Amino acid sequence: MTFFSNIWRNEKSREIIVQIIVLFFLGWFISWLVMNVNANFEALGKDISFEFLFIPAGYDINQYLIDYDSRDSHLRAGIVGLLNTGLVAFFGIILATVLGIALGIIRLSKNWLASKIAYWYVEFTRNVPILLHILLWHGIIINTLPHPRKAISLGDITFLSNRGFYIPKPLAESGIELVYLFLVVAIIFSILFAKFCKRKQDLTGIQYPVFWINFSVICFLPLIAFFISGMPVSLEIPALKGFNFRGGMHMSPELAALTFALGIYTAAFIAEIVRAGILAIDKGQREAAESIGLKPSKVMNLVILPQARRVIIPPLTSQYLNLTKNSSLAIAIGYMDLVATLGGISLNQTGREMETMLIVMLIYLSVSLSISALMNWYNSKVKLVGR
Amino acid sequence: MKTKMLLAGVTAGVMFAGSVLASTLDDVRARGKLNCIINTGLAGFAAPDDKGNWTGFDVDFCKAVAAATLGDASKVNYTTATGKTRFTKLAAGEGEILSRNTTWTFSRDVDLSQTFIGVNYYDGQGFMVPKSLGVKSAKELDGASVCIQTGTTTELNLAEYFKGNNIKYNPVPIETNAEAQELYKAGRCDVYTTDASGLYATMMSFDNPSDHMVLPEIVSKEPLGPVVRHGDDQWADIVSWVLRAMMAAEEKGITSKNVKELAAKDNKDKEINRLLGKDPLQGLSKLGLSPDWAVNVISQVGNYQESFEKHLFPLTIKRGMNALYRDGGLHYIPPIK
Repeated sequence: MTFFSNIWRNEKSREIIVQIIVLFFLGWFISWLVMNVNANFEALGKDISFEFLFIPAGYDINQYLIDYDSRDSHLRAGIVGLLNTGLVAFFGIILATVLGIALGIIRLSKNWLASKIAYWYVEFTRNVPILLHILLWHGIIINTLPHPRKAISLGDITFLSNRGFYIPKPLAESGIELVYLFLVVAIIFSILFAKFCKRKQDLTGIQYPVFWINFSVICFLPLIAFFISGMPVSLEIPALKGFNFRGGMHMSPELAALTFALGIYTAAFIAEIVRAGILAIDKGQREAAESIGLKPSKVMNLVILPQARRVIIPPLTSQYLNLTKNSSLAIAIGYMDLVATLGGISLNQTGREMETMLIVMLIYLSVSLSISALMNWYNSKVKLVGR
Repeated sequence: MKTKMLLAGVTAGVMFAGSVLASTLDDVRARGKLNCIINTGLAGFAAPDDKGNWTGFDVDFCKAVAAATLGDASKVNYTTATGKTRFTKLAAGEGEILSRNTTWTFSRDVDLSQTFIGVNYYDGQGFMVPKSLGVKSAKELDGASVCIQTGTTTELNLAEYFKGNNIKYNPVPIETNAEAQELYKAGRCDVYTTDASGLYATMMSFDNPSDHMVLPEIVSKEPLGPVVRHGDDQWADIVSWVLRAMMAAEEKGITSKNVKELAAKDNKDKEINRLLGKDPLQGLSKLGLSPDWAVNVISQVGNYQESFEKHLFPLTIKRGMNALYRDGGLHYIPPIK
């Protein structure tokens, strides 16, 4: 008996015992849930099977980044949906980041009007549910823009209508390889030049306008190649045929509404995160930077933002994750994302709700974990390095 | 999306609660109310009237089953479901009947473990367009944007029909009929497609119904009918014979006006006597129904014709395929004996 009471009195072993007991009950609870689901599925005459993934889906999807046809499998329909989710998340994250950082900085500006506008933007936007943002933008696009037959035309090559936005599509012709080659050369040159300038500055303190030189090189070198090889790009201009425009590149009103809504909504949160990050930097840093004569833009870019980044990145990661997960509200306006295809129509046509939901949840989980991993990697790169 | 997640949760929750297989009829009687799953809103079939009461052709059927089993047509709880959520809701036990213009197909009947108890409306998928579009046939729809209710047989029919005719189109999937109407009116799509009955119902709710037309092509067979869960044959029998009783009543000329009178006297047609409980109907006790079950249905809800004319004639829907066999329709009722 003394042996057991000794174990119990020892703090370390007691902790372990308690944890084992908790773990046991947790495991028991989970296996009970799983067994119950299985038993009840059996009672309902349903089995768990993933064979439905390989039968033809039978429905059409209005936006696909890889080839898709109604004869393709449910699995492929799910992948098409996943890519659509990825597309809207990608555009949304770019819009939210650019807008959010700009607003966060403007919010701290000494200009009263600019700072108040940013303030009201943040307050209005983040206090309205995201679903309403999505419906609002969709409603605006569909109800204010004209029918394709009366589409707003910009120079007869770009068109705005309530069926979406159409822009000309560049088509590569033979000879385009030279342009690609020059582009690669320009990029390699820029990287080397940037490294060279950094070393030069470290050694001598002489600064070159690196950005502008590289920018010009990357823009003009391929442009020169473009003219040398006789302009090997033709434009496919969208044209009204029958009911809709055909040809060119098309952005559907659903994709546009979703991108705007997600980007604008998340930007409000990012603005606050950026503001908090900047305010977290001791004002002595700014004063010190100003006192050695740095311009305000340099103060921000060289002193404040690099330090603020460490504070900003972890909450920014959550915002990116939120945006990606919020994109699953796409079904409200008929954007065919993962939830609408595999978790929606496939679920419905096959009646496999448990299986499809499991797959959709696992996919969202892995997408979120990947974004998280990427941001953690970036965070570890920018965090304070002890010297 | 949220609703679906929620539903998956609810399904799981109900499953964890453990399904003790008591008879559905006992459950309904113990509760004193019938739970019926209906459309979120489709004029003529299930829509709230100006007092907020659900009314329509599909709603009438819920009432008829309540009248047969509980003796009171008003004892119904209505649960609405979209095309997408309906089967999950039925499987999760949120209702004893799914009466929501649901197409009878092989895989829904077999793979989803549910029982279609008959056809109460023969339908087919059609297309509605604004007259200003100048289209006269569905074959002219190449390149059109098509609004479509998701989670229904319509999207499969559409894909098959257009592929078969080599027509390209741009599907715009919508969750409910109400949203689809809005997008159609705003011009997001050129065409709205669903069952022809739904198209007429939708068209009549527009400000100017005459500006729109239903194209002549009917691209599918859509036998619509009430659905129950697999596994309780007694309940499936009750629900299917309520439907047949309503049609038999039309055939025999029994209406809500004369049913009490006919039930009180000895009729020459003994089938009327058996239906109305005057003469014994062998096996009725196995269904657990009282002899006046059909009288309750017909007096409180009416026969098939009355329900059809009350709810669907205002939508300019004709009897057509839905007439009795003797009038050239498809409804042929097994004898009540």
